[in-house]
Amino acid sequence: MNETLLLAILTIITAATPLVFAAIGELVVEKSGVLNLGVEGMMLVGAVSSFTAVHVTGSATLGVFAGMLAGVMLASIFAFLTLNLQSSQVATGLALTIFGIGVSALIGQPLIGVAYEGLPKIQVPLLSEIPVIGRLFFGHDILVYCSIVLVIAVSWFLSRTRAGLILRAVGDSHDAAHALGYPVIRVRYMATLFGGACAGLAGAYLSMAYAPMWVENMSAGRGWIALALVVFASWQPSRVLFGAYLFGGISILQLHAQASGTINIPSQLMSMLPYLATIIVLVLISRDHGRIRRNAPASIGKAFHPTT
Amino acid sequence: MYSKTVLAKKLLAAATGLLLTTFSGIISADDPFKIGFVYVGPVGDHGWTYRHDIGRQAIEAEFGDKVETTFVESVPEGADAERVIRKLASSGHGLIFTTSFGYMNPTVKVAKAFPDVKFEHATGYKRSDNVSTYSGRFYEGRAVLGTIAGMMTKTNTIGYIASFPIPEVVRGINAFTIAMRKVNPDATVKVVWVNSWYDPGKEADAAKALIDQGVDIVTQHTDSPAPLQVAQERGVMGFGQASDMSAFAPDAQLTSIVDNWDAYYVERTRSAMDGSWTSEDTWAGIENGMVDFPEYGAMVPDDVKAAADVIKEGIVDGSLHPFQGPIMDQNGKVVAEEGVTIDDGTLLGMDFYVEGVQGTLPK
Repeated sequence: MNETLLLAILTIITAATPLVFAAIGELVVEKSGVLNLGVEGMMLVGAVSSFTAVHVTGSATLGVFAGMLAGVMLASIFAFLTLNLQSSQVATGLALTIFGIGVSALIGQPLIGVAYEGLPKIQVPLLSEIPVIGRLFFGHDILVYCSIVLVIAVSWFLSRTRAGLILRAVGDSHDAAHALGYPVIRVRYMATLFGGACAGLAGAYLSMAYAPMWVENMSAGRGWIALALVVFASWQPSRVLFGAYLFGGISILQLHAQASGTINIPSQLMSMLPYLATIIVLVLISRDHGRIRRNAPASIGKAFHPTT
Repeated sequence: MYSKTVLAKKLLAAATGLLLTTFSGIISADDPFKIGFVYVGPVGDHGWTYRHDIGRQAIEAEFGDKVETTFVESVPEGADAERVIRKLASSGHGLIFTTSFGYMNPTVKVAKAFPDVKFEHATGYKRSDNVSTYSGRFYEGRAVLGTIAGMMTKTNTIGYIASFPIPEVVRGINAFTIAMRKVNPDATVKVVWVNSWYDPGKEADAAKALIDQGVDIVTQHTDSPAPLQVAQERGVMGFGQASDMSAFAPDAQLTSIVDNWDAYYVERTRSAMDGSWTSEDTWAGIENGMVDFPEYGAMVPDDVKAAADVIKEGIVDGSLHPFQGPIMDQNGKVVAEEGVTIDDGTLLGMDFYVEGVQGTLPK
């Protein structure tokens, strides 16, 4: 394999991993019928919290958990406001993002200019030394592997378990699920908190592995790309993985194209491609009612009043 | 389940914290001279705004109790800026620094309404009796970096991570390339545009892409230390941007361009306090210390340090200008004859690559 291409693929893996985490979490949230637009804010709070924990304790493991915990805390605010107090999910989600940007900047003030060498890479003796394959599959940091396992686990959970079926039922028709005696609010709470943990993990990846430092607003719109990804993937976990590597791949390959000077495509066009692709997918799936019914959660974004 | 009181406390604490940060120091004491600052980014950006805030702290260190400074950060350019500037002017501030290009019209407008308040606007071109403008000739610093890069590269290709194709950035690329090719005519510069001032992830990706394509020195006109961190990890070298970033990459940072507003801010404050302040246009460089450098990295050999120092001294004593002819553009067309120096007007509107830059300039 071409050496440059191999190196490009290695870069794509790190670019795609935070998108995988954030998008797979949001997919579960949306499957339960909740639309949380606060991914960007939860990512930022996750990033700053994990970096703080690493800086204070020196433990990468604690850093990862701090990021997840922070994401869960922010998601619990969202869940309380939308599920208990019935506030609008769209408005609350947007507010959560803005809140996350502000509060992460506040927490992160003492961390400016602090350096961290990044998550250790896992080197498997012998295997890592196999040419091409060794470098492609081994020698990444642990979170890269976690992201793949997480996608498989979510896919299995949603399609093969009873709990996954209940979660999808709640997302498709909360009234029917309620009538059958399923705890709609509790299911949505758990899904939302799971989404928060995943977004926090995505943030932890940003500040601990992708660009190991804390700077304000460092997610730079990746939370929104993750939201677009869920639609692009038409709510299927495997397609989230594919989409994340595709979106990551496009952004890395355009940088390579610029650096080599061979292909001359405006870089702005490349930056908008993920969103363009999402719009096209939206149009395509919206034209076909069968497909929408199969995948899109029917009660997404709708408030649930248990009394009615 | 999340308790309501915990939530309320958390929100309250966060809100109070934000308010305190934004309006720190607005409460007046005896009768100090009040100075206001308007920032476009957060003071924590470790780049542009961070350096302006260091300048503000230099004023406080110099004058102590005699001054009182206020800053408002992350002020969007436009209508909001006018409101913030007006608020500062009407609350007793005698000198106000507005530190982004987009504050130009609001600054001039508010200045008309407050003729007794002095205004200092960074990087703009509109002045009046109580509005001065100032900026740094950062391209002078780029010439120093280019000299070091030209002497230290082994692959003869340098990677340049650029933000937006505006004259300020293009001027930097060209100054870097011209100086580099004076010491190493075979070296070329690969430019990658990331269309952002500030996206650590994308900047890191751009650095990786460039290194994968064989560059052994990375330089940047974006604000985060991410590219330097990548350089450190991959065992290549690079330059910091806007501030000393050696903490992020002790083995990779050759040197850095440091925006140093300290001396200018202290001097303008002094003249505003003693009444000698007049409206001026300042475009200062290495000579005034506005374009500054940290210590060279440990890996820079003595002959390279000496050559870089020669460039600095030449620029300071006026014997050398980064845009001295002969200069050719990318297509080999002569843009400045031997003995001719490109004038400030052309520099301010620069929209072409010089010879030695690869790729085409996006327009």
